[in-house]
Amino acid sequence: MSGYEDLKKNLFGGTASASRQFGMIFTLVAIILLFQFLTDGLTLTSGNLIAVVSQYSYILILAIGMLMVIVAGHIDLSVGSIAAFVGIIVAKAMKEFDVPWPLAILLGLVCGAIIGAWQGFWVAYIGVPAFIVTLAGMLLFRGGNQFIGNADTVPVPEGFRTIGAGYLPEVGPSTGYNNLTLLLGLAACLAVAWREWSSRKTRKEMGAEPAPMWISGVRLAIMVGVIVFATLRFAGGRVGTSFPVSGIILGALVLLYSFYTRNTVGGRHIYAVGGNARAAELSGVKLKRVNFLVMTNMGILAALAGMIFVARSAASGPQDGLSWELDAIAAVFIGGAAVSGGLGTISGSIVGGLVMALLNNGLQLMGVGVDLVQIIKGLVLLLAVALDVYNKSQGRFSVIGSITRPFRREEPPPTAARTDSPSDSDKAPAVS
Amino acid sequence: MSAAPVLLEMRSITKTFPGVTALADVSLVVREGEIHAICGENGAGKSTLMKVLSGVYPHGDYSGDIFYRGEEVRFGDIRASEHAGIVIIHQELALVPGMSITENVFLGNEPRKRGAIDWKAAQRRALELMKQVGLKEDPDTLIKDIGVGKQQLIEIAKAFAKDVKLLILDEPTAALNEADSRHLLDLLREFKRQGITSIIISHKLNEIEAIADSITILRDGRTIETLDIKADGVNEDRIVRGMVGRELGSRFPDYVPNVGEVFFEVRDWTVRHPISTERLVCKGSSFNVRRGEVVGFAGLMGAGRTELAMSLFGRSYGVWLGGQVFKDGKEIHLRSVSDAIDHGLAYVSEDRKAIGLNLLDDIKTSIVAAKPAKVAKRGVIDQVAEHKVAEQYRKDLRIKTPTVDEGIVKLSGGNQQKVVLAKWMFTDPDLLILDEPTRGIDVGAKFEIYGIIHRLAEQGRGVVVISSELPELIGLCDRIYTVFEGNITGEVARADADPELLMKQMTTTKKMSVS
Repeated sequence: MSGYEDLKKNLFGGTASASRQFGMIFTLVAIILLFQFLTDGLTLTSGNLIAVVSQYSYILILAIGMLMVIVAGHIDLSVGSIAAFVGIIVAKAMKEFDVPWPLAILLGLVCGAIIGAWQGFWVAYIGVPAFIVTLAGMLLFRGGNQFIGNADTVPVPEGFRTIGAGYLPEVGPSTGYNNLTLLLGLAACLAVAWREWSSRKTRKEMGAEPAPMWISGVRLAIMVGVIVFATLRFAGGRVGTSFPVSGIILGALVLLYSFYTRNTVGGRHIYAVGGNARAAELSGVKLKRVNFLVMTNMGILAALAGMIFVARSAASGPQDGLSWELDAIAAVFIGGAAVSGGLGTISGSIVGGLVMALLNNGLQLMGVGVDLVQIIKGLVLLLAVALDVYNKSQGRFSVIGSITRPFRREEPPPTAARTDSPSDSDKAPAVS
Repeated sequence: MSAAPVLLEMRSITKTFPGVTALADVSLVVREGEIHAICGENGAGKSTLMKVLSGVYPHGDYSGDIFYRGEEVRFGDIRASEHAGIVIIHQELALVPGMSITENVFLGNEPRKRGAIDWKAAQRRALELMKQVGLKEDPDTLIKDIGVGKQQLIEIAKAFAKDVKLLILDEPTAALNEADSRHLLDLLREFKRQGITSIIISHKLNEIEAIADSITILRDGRTIETLDIKADGVNEDRIVRGMVGRELGSRFPDYVPNVGEVFFEVRDWTVRHPISTERLVCKGSSFNVRRGEVVGFAGLMGAGRTELAMSLFGRSYGVWLGGQVFKDGKEIHLRSVSDAIDHGLAYVSEDRKAIGLNLLDDIKTSIVAAKPAKVAKRGVIDQVAEHKVAEQYRKDLRIKTPTVDEGIVKLSGGNQQKVVLAKWMFTDPDLLILDEPTRGIDVGAKFEIYGIIHRLAEQGRGVVVISSELPELIGLCDRIYTVFEGNITGEVARADADPELLMKQMTTTKKMSVS
């Protein structure tokens, strides 16, 4: 193993998905550096970084839910429409019924949960494919948005706007920086250090040799370096701006859901269902409940994303959330999830979403038109997944061979005739 | 026979994967017109060798030379090897269930007339090929509507459509019942008369002894020996010795049964087919299991053994119509799989790849998959505890893997089966139902699995073994039930069990009791 491979393995953990994530992080860094160069340093200015976070946080929130939906083996096309539908309900509630804004947020989340549960019911208990259910939902809730709002925009009050357009407030002594953002950065540094330490401890308890100390040091130094750099940028922007509130919401959700998907029994069940639904069922996993909850959760996160967007743009309108589902799905697949389900990580999806966001942002900074931006984004999605497919096939199969006659013993999911064999036994004549 | 010219020679083939040497300096000589068997334990390198031969691992991916019909060949992919007349039929059949027999036989090889598929010619040729393999079916029948045995024959017909010269069969009889197996072996003899050379990979040593002319034994990625069945007077024991590198005293481990009270009882269990409403798959079946007892279920394919087991296991098959389950004298209701697990039942399915395991998982995740709560606190998995559990099972069951973080796909069949057993042992069940626990597994691993079954019984658990191999049931079980067309037709104690009696009860509806 070369020194580079060794370093890569030790820095990111040795698994295949980790090496995929290494590739994505590498791509992300390359994109940032490229645009930093092409835009004469505009990309990494305080103002731009703050703008990127507040502009894309709702897409990344959607990507979290979408990752879980895709891992479970489904897809959700309705998230943009749900976001718009909930947005208009919340805006109307505040404007016409004077609902206080914290209560309105709660109302929005409940609406999202109900809509998600509605879709989850069809997917899990009736067995309609999620593609169809959410395609219907896409039409249904887009229409609902325009029906309720009369295809008009409805403004939202000041307090509500905090979740989309707010920043960490200025408190404490004047340091030339936003103090709360500095504290947040410090907390992040400590958290990273603690995680490194505890993962070394876990490896030792498992009786495995932890990575050499210097590797841990290098990894920690890189991460702390990035955090310190980002903290200073976010804290050092125009007075009154700092790390956006929506970014904090996103960060909290990423931590929560990463932990849930990786470390809990419930999270395991989602992967089990997506990996082999029948095997999961025969292991006692409640298939229907998992599918139902995954769809419901997506509804809640879509509602949250919708409200953050409405808050940011100060009004709810009929065009909100258009084609968000595509951005979220793209982020998940660029981030390494498998189309057939069972594989993918939250962190991967976030990195995938950031790749798309920074690409978008960089091209806009360069003054590239929307038409070209779309073309480039489409190609990036295609190439990212194609590269992954190619890498998987490299060295293991010849391309033609794997197409004409896949060798299922090595390819994870067996697909054709053999899959039917348990039911064959009841079809075969008893004595033949 | 040894005078026949050499058809295929593989010379010092070495193939490595990162960290593992799968084949080390392996040689294989196959003569024209013979049936050549390749034997070896799981992971000995049989499949890898066949993948090298068929071009799955293209030339340059391995070192060594292949000579075929006197010339050196370098296959870049499967098409190239098939073009040369080398066709592999895999254990997992490569048929499209929703397509007809004709369509499957000519898939990727369709006869054409002016650019369009000539279905008339295809139909005619399909009928010829089916006749050749002794199959009488309407060529328009869909693959999913015929049994596994016939599907296997269609795979062979497909090979014939490609003008096969060297036919390679990987575990061809693993999924077949006795009658279908016999038919297939007869067919191979017939092909031999027609001058077609076959290579057969099989764990069923009695079949090899009966049909093969010569045999090459692999162990740990090396060629151990090539024997001429007749000249060397090879018998099963001789093959086993070559495969495991030692004498196996017996095919079954020594074991003194210590059978206790009846603790699990099923009464009048009646289940109908999930789709066809009139068809009953279990017709009022009653049986019981004692503590520390190994109970066998013998029956032909389709007799309803799997259906009985799966319907008991949380109604995972069919529609429950009636019947009761008693455990320790109390009636229990098993409405879902989690009910069944909570009541101490475990079901190890017959098809571990399709429904037994999530092949995307790693070993440790799979082992705790049926009861993750045991290594979790308030829903959060304790990774250290999980790792420890997996390590323990790796040692106890001797699962061959460098670490428990390894992916399931990387394990051989026998080791995958051990992982499934570990998964269900981890749920600490009182009753384990093992459905074909040794299907597609080599002799060495079988012996180990028998040992595990006995250990489970010694711990006072009840074990139900469903198997199509009568010698296995007779060697393993304290008591055997026979099943025919959804009825339990007999109950035979170990002392009275012999294959003839069992076979008679497996093919009759009349209830007899010898106990």
